[in-house]
Amino acid sequence: MAVRKPPITTREYWAPGHAACAGCGPAIVMKLATKAFSEAMEAKYGDPNAFAIAHATGCMEVVSGVFPYTAWKAPWVHVAFENAAAVASGVEAAWKKLGRKGKILAIGGDGGTADIGMQALSGMLERRHNAVYLMYDNEAYMNTGIQRSSSTPYGAWTTTSPPGKYSIGEDKPKKIVALIAAAHQVPYVATASIGDPLDFYRKMKKAASVDGPAFVQVLAPCVPGWRTPPEKTIEIAKLAIETGIWPLFEIENGDFHNIKFQRFPKDGKFKKPIEEYLKLQGRFKHLFKRPEAIEELKNQTKELWRILGKEVELP
Amino acid sequence: MPMRKVMKGNEAAAWAAKLAKPKVIAAFPITPSTLVPEKISEFVADGELDAEFIKVESEHSAISACVGASAAGVRTFTATASQGLALMHEILFIAAGMRLPIVMAIGNRALSAPINIWNDWQDTISERDTGWLQFYAENNQEALDLILAAFKVAEDERVLLPAMVGFDAFILTHTVEPVEIPDQEVVDEFLGEYVPKHAYLDPERPITQGALGFPAHYMEARYTVWEAMENAREVIKEVFEEFEKKFGRKYHIIEEYRTDDAEIILVTMGSLAGTVKEFVDKKREEGVKIGAAKITVYRPFPIEEIKALAKKAKVLALLEKNISFGIGGAVYTDVGRALINEKEKPIVLDFILGLGGRDVTFENLEEVVEIARKAMDEGVKEEVYWIGLRKEIL
Ligand SMILES: Cc1ncc(C[n+]2csc(CCOP(=O)(O)OP(=O)(O)O)c2C)c(N)n1
Ligand code: SF4
Repeated sequence: MAVRKPPITTREYWAPGHAACAGCGPAIVMKLATKAFSEAMEAKYGDPNAFAIAHATGCMEVVSGVFPYTAWKAPWVHVAFENAAAVASGVEAAWKKLGRKGKILAIGGDGGTADIGMQALSGMLERRHNAVYLMYDNEAYMNTGIQRSSSTPYGAWTTTSPPGKYSIGEDKPKKIVALIAAAHQVPYVATASIGDPLDFYRKMKKAASVDGPAFVQVLAPCVPGWRTPPEKTIEIAKLAIETGIWPLFEIENGDFHNIKFQRFPKDGKFKKPIEEYLKLQGRFKHLFKRPEAIEELKNQTKELWRILGKEVELP
Repeated sequence: MPMRKVMKGNEAAAWAAKLAKPKVIAAFPITPSTLVPEKISEFVADGELDAEFIKVESEHSAISACVGASAAGVRTFTATASQGLALMHEILFIAAGMRLPIVMAIGNRALSAPINIWNDWQDTISERDTGWLQFYAENNQEALDLILAAFKVAEDERVLLPAMVGFDAFILTHTVEPVEIPDQEVVDEFLGEYVPKHAYLDPERPITQGALGFPAHYMEARYTVWEAMENAREVIKEVFEEFEKKFGRKYHIIEEYRTDDAEIILVTMGSLAGTVKEFVDKKREEGVKIGAAKITVYRPFPIEEIKALAKKAKVLALLEKNISFGIGGAVYTDVGRALINEKEKPIVLDFILGLGGRDVTFENLEEVVEIARKAMDEGVKEEVYWIGLRKEIL
């Protein structure tokens, strides 16, 4: 019997022994993203190692680079919270001058991307640096202990959006950074979820192979932040796709009229209710006593799809 | 043959950068140093400088990109001033902590509020604790020369710290003076190519830079910055000597002017030193025993040189274009540190003047000498004086 080539490379850049929580979604992102990158680099430059990583402060930086240890088997630099994109710009410029072939991978959480790092990200994309920006979206500032970010979804509990007598939890709709990135008309922008690892893998490979900047936003559950059991991480990330709350799409060159969708039901009707996604997570527990908040979340989700050009029905 | 050209301080800084051949420059415009990135863009556009010029969207990103480029192992340059430098503040610590020899030119300018684009030293002085070497230029020639020297010191393996070179807003940045531009070959010999051994992002030999330091390691890492700054004292002397051999101009960590037999020494920095020297000449003609001293290297602080200077005079009068609220001028506290355990020490008086571009006149300096003489004769009554204040509008 012929041995099938594994769907992803066996090369590892994210070593075991890092300090992330059991069941950490972003840790899976690190592993998959670097593998995908290496495959793309091999195809493009004949060298699977032809990349370097610029990392923003946040959970993934902290758990991977504790002196004198490192989880990274690729050249890696961390500078600060808000500047991974600017640091990547500098590394890319240096590589150009050194004649070094390859691509830079900038990594930031939702805080380091959607909030404090927004300006640097915009600069990197607008200047067309040959770098991929990967935003791992665990929907809050986890490293400082679960505070809301502009990427925290409506209704979610965090330590700075606690539900209470006068509050349903986070009271603003989630900022969709991928759309902001796409507005820069860069070659490639995609959303992904670790609930569909092969789709994420393909998108990272694509991002790494285009010439010029690319942006990938990947949904990645956080065990303590989402108040979920460690073994449910992938299931929850899958449900985010299946319930329609997290659209998977690709936008090339800012062409909003030709968005490519993945895992979108042909009839526009999602079969699983958003409640199924919510009920597995402690951060939404309080919503079940406030059905109007769940309704609001559904309306916001429909609205997001409408902006993306799709009328959807949510059960 | 070295070429002489009449140019603004900003152009001198850009020329220094061109001669040093950085591979990456990232900068954002701010008055009064806007011309530095503009001129560098021209050099790059004309193919006279083979570098990547990143037109960043802010100073925070300018310094971040420089850190990225330097971490990737190339010579890196930027320029800014005032609010721009303040916006970089966070990353300045990181550049030093990561031991990246970035060089930055600063058109020294006041900080808001009120917003003010003119000269004082508050911007760089406020960054004195970041771990950056600091040099201050008296004129445009010094701006060019000190930037070249700064690269050499910063990249020395005993140092490996970033360096800033200040030159006064408008007084130098926008004033044309004749400047000797050294030959490229001599600069190449002087600086050599930068080959990092500690910072490179090379897939062939992957390393982790900027890791998290737990309490078990943090202090040791900070200590190495302290050590590097201490090493810089000797390295700067060596570099200044070599500079003289190569380019014929002699620099001193503290430059003394007519200090022998001086009773009062006016200690200052930057372009103000020019005014003060002229004033000293005038007073000497009147038979008044005064001298001047110019601090060219402010970080590391010239502790031994200040001690030596202190032995010469009865009063050290510090002239400072900066203020640390609640104590006095920053240099005042530094000089205090240098002299605190000396048995014999002069009176040290602090004069805050010239903030936000206010002219420092001979009248102001007369007042300083007057106060110094009084303190000498009648004892110290006050230690910090604001000179040239318009009391009528207070
Ligand atoms: C300028 C600055 N402000 C605040 C912090 C503190 N801080 C470090 S990481 C972090 C949150 C990171 O959140 P995110 O980017 O979402 O990544 P995560 O920790 O969730 O992985 C914060 C607020 C900092 N390091 N720097
Ligand atoms: S707190 Fe969340 S993001 Fe951080 S390591 Fe744990 S699971 Fe991962």
